[in-house]
Amino acid sequence: MTQDRIRNFSIIAHIDHGKSTLADRILELTHAVSSRDMREQVLDSMDLERERGITIKAQAVRVGWKGHQLNLIDTPGHVDFTYEVSRSLQACEGALLVVDAAQGTQAQTLANAYLAIENNLEIVPVVNKIDLPQADPDAAAAELADLIGDSPDHVLRISAKTGAGVEDVLDAIVERVPLPAGDPDAPARALIFDSSYDQYRGVVAFVRVVDGRFATGEPLRAMALGTRFEAEELGFFSPARSPSGTLEAGEVGYVITGLKDVSRLRVGDTLTSENRPAAEPVPGYKDVKPMVFAGLFPTDSDDYPELRDALEKLKLNDAALFYEPETSQALGFGFRCGFLGLLHMEIVRERLEREFDLDLLVTAPNVAYRVKPPHEDWREVHTPTDMPNELEEVEEPYIKASIIVPKEYVGAVMELNNDRRGRFDHLEYLSEERVHLTYELPLAEIVLDYYDQLKSRTRGYASFDYDVIGFRPGKLVRVDVLVGGESVDALSLIVHRDSAYDRGRALVERLQKEIPRQHFDVAIQAAIGARVVARETVKARRKDVLAKCYGGDITRKRKLLERQKAGKKRMKQVGMVEVPQEAFLAVLNLNEEKK
Amino acid sequence: MTRHLYVHLPFCAHRCGYCDFVTVVGRNPQHGAYVDALLGELAFERDLLAPELETVFLGGGTPTFTEPHELERLLGALPRADEVTVEANPETVTQELARMLRELGVNRVSLGVQSFRPHLLAVLERVAQPDTVRRAYYHLRDAGFDNVSFDLIYGIPGQSPADLDADLADSLELSPEHLSCYELEAKPGTRFTHAHGAELARQADAMESYFEAVVDSLTSAGYRWYETANFCRTPERADGRDLRSRHNLAYWLGRDYLGLGIGAVSTIDGRRWRNTPRLPTYVAELGAGRRPPREVEPLTVDVRRRERVMLGLRLDEPLQVDGLGDVLDDSALERLQRLGLVDRTGPTLALTARGRMLGGGVTADLLT
Repeated sequence: MTQDRIRNFSIIAHIDHGKSTLADRILELTHAVSSRDMREQVLDSMDLERERGITIKAQAVRVGWKGHQLNLIDTPGHVDFTYEVSRSLQACEGALLVVDAAQGTQAQTLANAYLAIENNLEIVPVVNKIDLPQADPDAAAAELADLIGDSPDHVLRISAKTGAGVEDVLDAIVERVPLPAGDPDAPARALIFDSSYDQYRGVVAFVRVVDGRFATGEPLRAMALGTRFEAEELGFFSPARSPSGTLEAGEVGYVITGLKDVSRLRVGDTLTSENRPAAEPVPGYKDVKPMVFAGLFPTDSDDYPELRDALEKLKLNDAALFYEPETSQALGFGFRCGFLGLLHMEIVRERLEREFDLDLLVTAPNVAYRVKPPHEDWREVHTPTDMPNELEEVEEPYIKASIIVPKEYVGAVMELNNDRRGRFDHLEYLSEERVHLTYELPLAEIVLDYYDQLKSRTRGYASFDYDVIGFRPGKLVRVDVLVGGESVDALSLIVHRDSAYDRGRALVERLQKEIPRQHFDVAIQAAIGARVVARETVKARRKDVLAKCYGGDITRKRKLLERQKAGKKRMKQVGMVEVPQEAFLAVLNLNEEKK
Repeated sequence: MTRHLYVHLPFCAHRCGYCDFVTVVGRNPQHGAYVDALLGELAFERDLLAPELETVFLGGGTPTFTEPHELERLLGALPRADEVTVEANPETVTQELARMLRELGVNRVSLGVQSFRPHLLAVLERVAQPDTVRRAYYHLRDAGFDNVSFDLIYGIPGQSPADLDADLADSLELSPEHLSCYELEAKPGTRFTHAHGAELARQADAMESYFEAVVDSLTSAGYRWYETANFCRTPERADGRDLRSRHNLAYWLGRDYLGLGIGAVSTIDGRRWRNTPRLPTYVAELGAGRRPPREVEPLTVDVRRRERVMLGLRLDEPLQVDGLGDVLDDSALERLQRLGLVDRTGPTLALTARGRMLGGGVTADLLT
């Protein structure tokens, strides 16, 4: 199809503002999916994926509308995936910006809306859920228009649920979204904006063809990583995979690569033809490295093989996930996993628990450190226990944080960033009401509870985004925790020297509350090297009996005892001390405690 | 065949807020029908009883609230035994009742004292006043009872450590042969718990020191702490008599027992059953010449062994461990021994004094 008949767009919406429902309605209206087969929210296909054991991730659906080819490209929705979102947006020329008529613009919408504007996308503003009794479409439309500098008359008012106004949305896409502007005769270039793994056919790349033309059987190359393969099949999603033989400039579709390793094809890379390679890749590729690390341990140590298998399977679909075996004396066998950020960690954990039915214990996350021990080379450390005691130098990752917030919250945001060792960079008024702040912060300061704090201090209005800007020297020390005289590796943490005492103190106090009283006194200590900086004691229990037990209630008392026994079994044994799993998460809530 | 018989008499004048036993308030006209039903059930199960019984125990409810002539009829029809105990509430114990019990072969009375503090008795919704307790006690002594037990409760909303000390002192002054001391167990969701929530939490925090105070005062007054919650005068202070409750010892030693009446539990030959707790059903079924509906729980060898440990470790005498198979966790045993909570000597296992205070947790640790 010629490019003047193609429109590529994505949908940007806050969670629950109706992105999936709108997508469903579009598919229905364009007969991509018959209403009889309409499975609610076709684009959210994770569960289905699992049921079939294959990947049918349909994140770029092609539909027809009044003689035009519309490609709907789905975007992941969060700051950890900013890079992925930006690649998906780069594959489009326009975006529907969907806002709930009752709730108005939300923080999450903004980050992605600005990302879309930065990518020069044409924004089609849509107010959804106008059928709700509490809807205020006029107010929502005014706000939306103000946000993108458009006229409120231009804002579409729809109900994806009832279908009202959805046809207008499709017309607006055709009318307003710019045509793809690639060169159909230039050497072929396609941007990889996502990928998935099919257990029979290997890595499937989701691509937007920028220039030229690709055909089945052609030898291809990923320009950044240099990976070579043959295009086994080309096609598009409708929403099922539909082989088409070719993909042309402006089109969106998939390439089945036959590659058995997702890490050889990264999002953001450019595909070109080996026979007539392009001179320059599509700009914007970044090598995304995990920066946040945490230990994942099965609650029941017998589940270790299941966890290993699950991570292997997950990794096939998630090139950014990193893992290696880790042994903790307190938690047993598990894995040290690397994530793009906290949400990525949360998603991986949730998928492991939901899709693989695993009960997991996740240790407090930490960042990657670069350390230089005396007489040794620099190396990277992913877990506090690997931090050598003697160090010449340590470096930690820094980020540039970008925060957009209503002006009345600027003070609160600055205070938070100062508490977190932030260095102020820039402040700019985006409008009379909204301020854009940038700060440089150690990544370690945001991995624990930064989002929560930011959200609560700005009543949820702040939108937040960050980029890792590199490693910088830091005055860091390792704080170890001893329970009953035994050092608990899973509780060690690396902190700035100036806050080591406070953090150690807070952690010990927290643990004192989390560790139940035992048959004997339990000392809890925080230490830097051999120096104890804080100490608390969990006093021994003096009484632990079933008050009375006679012939009539032996069964009930036995069951009580069995329950008590089961409770003990769920605890982890540290030396003689029974430590509940929650205690290992104590580090997560330290800052909360402080406030 | 068993040598231990329990008979449940559910009737009470009033249901106390904290009570979780199977009880029936009032219903005096039904007492006769219930006693008929009890005797009917006894006839059904006669073959389970040995010709010579060691113990009979009448529990409640308030057995002594039962219409006197019905109670008399029941006691007259029950088999004889070496130890026959009846539970009594102080306000029901008259001179006549005491004499009647004695004449019908009862030789042990367990008196529901609970406390000697009027404000605490009020919280517990007990009818008796401190003087009622003393009067009942003397009636029993006058009738010739030489084995009287007191039930005491601690951790009552409003109770202070001094209140508990006073209750213990008042009890000791009367010098009963036996004392059972229970912490108040307020069941979640009950009227009582609802009414006393915050105060119950405060009492729960004090329960450790209450328990220690109870054990300390009673043992130093010459009582033997023979079971987690039970104390009796030592033989030196009882003319050489062993004053432990023989009936309850049967439970703690894992012996078989037959229970009659609503909600009563029996454990015989590896089977445990519980009668329906519903009075009308029980009376109707036995009236029609059928056994009452029962909930049956088969006890596996493993479960019986676990119960042996759970019950046996409540006693001050060591538990024989041979024949317990693999229900004991050796590494836990070693750990608990190192902590000075458990003594293992040859084929026996005993808890140390501190181990007994932690008996529940220690038992949970010990079992595999």
